[in-house]
Amino acid sequence: MSDTENLTPEEKAAAEEKAAAEAKAKAEREAAEAAKPAWEKDPAVPEWQEAEADPLVEALRASFGEAIRSARTFAGDLVLVVDRASIREVSKSVKEDHGYHLLVDICGAHYPEREAPGFEVIYIAYNFDANRRVRLKVEVEEGVEVPSVIPVWAGANWTEREIYDMYGVRFTDHPDMTRILLWEGFNGHPLRKEFPIEGIDTGAAIYPEYYDEKDGPAANAGTGWLLPKEEEPEESETPEGETT
Amino acid sequence: MTDPNTPSAGPETLFGLEEMELNFGPQHPATHGVLRLKVRVDGERIVDTYPIVGYLHRGTEKLFELHPFFQNVPHTDRMDYVAAATNNLAYVGAVERLTGIVVPPRARYIRTLLSELQRLSSHLLWLATHAIDIGAMTPFFYTFREREIILDLFEEYCGARLTLNCMRPGGQPYDLTVGWTERCAEFIDDFPSKIDDYEGLLTENRIWKKRTVGVGMLPPEVAMAYGVTGPMLRGSGVQWDLRKAIPYEAYDEVDFDVPVFYNCDTYDRYLVRMEEMRQSTRIVAQCLEKLPEGPIMAKRPRVLKGPKESEVYFGIEGPKGEIGFYIVGDGSPNPYRCRVRPPSFLNLQVLPEMVKGQLVADLVAVIGTTDIVLGEIDR
Repeated sequence: MSDTENLTPEEKAAAEEKAAAEAKAKAEREAAEAAKPAWEKDPAVPEWQEAEADPLVEALRASFGEAIRSARTFAGDLVLVVDRASIREVSKSVKEDHGYHLLVDICGAHYPEREAPGFEVIYIAYNFDANRRVRLKVEVEEGVEVPSVIPVWAGANWTEREIYDMYGVRFTDHPDMTRILLWEGFNGHPLRKEFPIEGIDTGAAIYPEYYDEKDGPAANAGTGWLLPKEEEPEESETPEGETT
Repeated sequence: MTDPNTPSAGPETLFGLEEMELNFGPQHPATHGVLRLKVRVDGERIVDTYPIVGYLHRGTEKLFELHPFFQNVPHTDRMDYVAAATNNLAYVGAVERLTGIVVPPRARYIRTLLSELQRLSSHLLWLATHAIDIGAMTPFFYTFREREIILDLFEEYCGARLTLNCMRPGGQPYDLTVGWTERCAEFIDDFPSKIDDYEGLLTENRIWKKRTVGVGMLPPEVAMAYGVTGPMLRGSGVQWDLRKAIPYEAYDEVDFDVPVFYNCDTYDRYLVRMEEMRQSTRIVAQCLEKLPEGPIMAKRPRVLKGPKESEVYFGIEGPKGEIGFYIVGDGSPNPYRCRVRPPSFLNLQVLPEMVKGQLVADLVAVIGTTDIVLGEIDR
């Protein structure tokens, strides 16, 4: 026996009216939510989308086939994952055949948690005529070299050096594969995920005349002033109580 | 007698052709910070230059990975410390695109205002130091007088003069204070006459032209291959400005021109920056006029998380060139990777090309014209 059967016709009508009013209020709330300006709504998180139909992707697929592993867009940016071995040829084509003349940036990233742990090298190039950027990505394992793209974009020199400095990824045919921001002899690659934020002990490697093995300016070592080993501070000869 | 200037002169001459390696910096005042250059010279001519950077490296990109998205804004102030507002804007813009936040119009206009004032203050500092390097002392006093007013406006808005920390992902932390727009308008009305003063001191100055015309040539194709952007690229005849090409904030709603000069030398880069200051003045005036009412902060989560497997690159036109952020999110409140695309770093790389065959004294002019800030190069 439900409640509705006991209700009088007036009560039934009132209940129906109430339900109708609630539905109307809900619809109004939804309409008001939809009519709100974008900045008052919950942020719409962008998603990855396939970009096989893109003219640039089609043209590169035609010339390089499976060397273009995937082509997707995220938040409007075209991202191509390219085979490590053919990155130089792909960049050359991207620059010379498709007009991406301005090298915006080359950077690295470390992904130790992946199934195939390793690094990514990310190339960003810009096309003045199409007013568009493209991102090429190369996946590389520990200890494997990436072909340098200096013959394509001369500006790759310093950015590739920085990736070597920060991640330890080396580049084939790079004329000057040395550290750029850190000093020669620094023992590590700081942007790797396992590198501790406190820093590491590198004193002995750089200043063997000052430090014993494994005995350098440790993390949080204060000022880090260098004191030669033999110059141990001696006991003060001034008698107590006497002022100078 | 052998002429010491002819290449045939042997090492027995007094000024023979033995090359010498000269160390320039890192404490040289004309290097604008701690830049060191190994310069190979043949007499007074530069044969080759090898810049050595990294003296100011603080691991900013590592620090980004250890702090939540909201707390990373102050780190960006400390990269290009004479243009903190544009650094802030590039970072918060990248975070907003990563998470899909839309910024309310009033905040967009305030951001545009702040970044254009920042461009003015950065260019004023550049002009002062560039002129001092070349030997013109006077512009320094004039430009710093105006820069002080801009810094006062910043101080009034956010409490800081250099490390502004004046933007947040999602909008602006504060609204403009009472009377700010009037004070800003007063300054902006007056400023074009000040630019005339600077130009009166330098533009047709014979010594200035002798030191800058034809010095530090940078052909456009070299500039593009090296990733040179900003006023350097526009001084080489490429009319490209991210504010026009890929408009952000309120730049598509204001009217301004992109100056371009075609002689590829230090003098033309000077002219580009002077004209940019006039255009910035126009933008600020229009922003003040159009400044909409309304909220300054978008609806945003209390803890902002980068979506899983997301990545975005966002670049803006900073005073030095394109400053961009490449951010990777992994579902946590911290960026998984946050790379800065530093304009000074890529602009400085082309320095050896620009000074090849020039005199050592011109090296100082060319460093001045690249407008580097070492805090950003070394990060």
